[in-house]
Amino acid sequence: MDSVIALVGKDFVLSAADTSNARSVIVMKDDVDKIMELDSHKTLAMGGEPGDFVQFTEYIQKNLHLYEFQTGLQLSTHAVANFIRGELARLIREAPVLANLLLGGFDAISGPSLYYIDYLGTLEKLDHTAQGYASFFILGTLDRYYQRDITLEQGIELMKRCIQQLSKRFVINQKNFIMKVVDKDGVRQVNFE
Amino acid sequence: MSQSRYDRAITVFSPDGHLFQVEYALEAVRKGTTAVGIRGKKVIVLAVEKKSIAKLQEARTVRKMCLLDNHICLAFAGLTADARVLVNRARVECQSYRLTVEDAPSVDYITRYIANLQQRYTQSGGVRPFGISTLIIGFDTDGTPRLFQTDPSGTFSEWKANAIGRNSKTIIEFLEKSYFKVMNESPEEEDEKTSVKLAIRALLEVVEGSHNNIEVAVMVPDKGLKMLESDTIQQYIDQIEEEKAAAEEARRTSGPTVTSSRG
Repeated sequence: MDSVIALVGKDFVLSAADTSNARSVIVMKDDVDKIMELDSHKTLAMGGEPGDFVQFTEYIQKNLHLYEFQTGLQLSTHAVANFIRGELARLIREAPVLANLLLGGFDAISGPSLYYIDYLGTLEKLDHTAQGYASFFILGTLDRYYQRDITLEQGIELMKRCIQQLSKRFVINQKNFIMKVVDKDGVRQVNFE
Repeated sequence: MSQSRYDRAITVFSPDGHLFQVEYALEAVRKGTTAVGIRGKKVIVLAVEKKSIAKLQEARTVRKMCLLDNHICLAFAGLTADARVLVNRARVECQSYRLTVEDAPSVDYITRYIANLQQRYTQSGGVRPFGISTLIIGFDTDGTPRLFQTDPSGTFSEWKANAIGRNSKTIIEFLEKSYFKVMNESPEEEDEKTSVKLAIRALLEVVEGSHNNIEVAVMVPDKGLKMLESDTIQQYIDQIEEEKAAAEEARRTSGPTVTSSRG
């Protein structure tokens, strides 16, 4: 039910996620933040089973913090992606976690990067992608309008276009979205004007 | 065959009620480089004696002050390798606590955890106690500064100021004489300067006065741990030396005071 979209720009990664928590016909909460800040320069946008993805991503976050205290360093986005994937791949045959994630990060050396990770342990490095029902509707939109090295303004416009598509064609009305951007200055929330 | 197994604890009571292994561990602590902790009104300061390192060694890899969490720091005296193990366990516990209750652990909680761990190693089969005492500093969520000490026996207590390691007795005596006076006389805006100066002054009682021998860290609420630059430390040292010289001068020129009961 969650819609999560993310794209890589010139020097940033933009992620958007809907903010509703609904079961069957009831909307339980409409201001859920599904984009977790793993550390100063990484966001993890999540979808899937509400309990699962929160538990799992908090577990990942605390392990990353521990690593930081132990070594005084932060892991690269690539390393974190592989760590997350390894955990999900292990858990799928032990105690499956229904968490579908989009990891966005900015590294000083390699710049912005986006990783698609699903509950089976699939890992792909991509430029633009989505998780959840959104993917049925807006992968086409992204393919049509996305270009590498877009600016932040262009990225935000593209996200708005995607969200408009969803409200037009997706039967479930997801009123609110939250957008966050990661760049060299860290993570911050972006406003919809 | 079972003789080769550790079927009894290494730390056992002596006939007169001593745990010799724990006492020997305290000896190991007494041989370690000194660490001083001062609790100010709003800050906490840790000053440690920098161990003299070999010329070819990289100085930055020898760490005596370890950040356990954003708001808790630990300094130790004794066996460095033992400290590494304990610090790692504490770091994992901090994150584990945050994962479970979504709150920052209090300094008290982590101190208890570390002390419990140290005690367990005095009552287990086949292990020896950790050869370190620790000074744990940090702020609780309400902003109260705290300073705790643990030792190899697993006891812990809270302190306003304390020292561990080589010649710690001398430093504690000095602090007992000066802490209250210095803290009461200092205005609140000067709290950081006063606490840092007191910490360095205390350490200088037993350590040679040069920025090469001293490392100072200040913990401020919501800002984490700040390591002082060598120049800053040297400035404090120079200031302290000047004040000491001035006090010495004043004592000499104020004339012969009766210092002994004999005429």
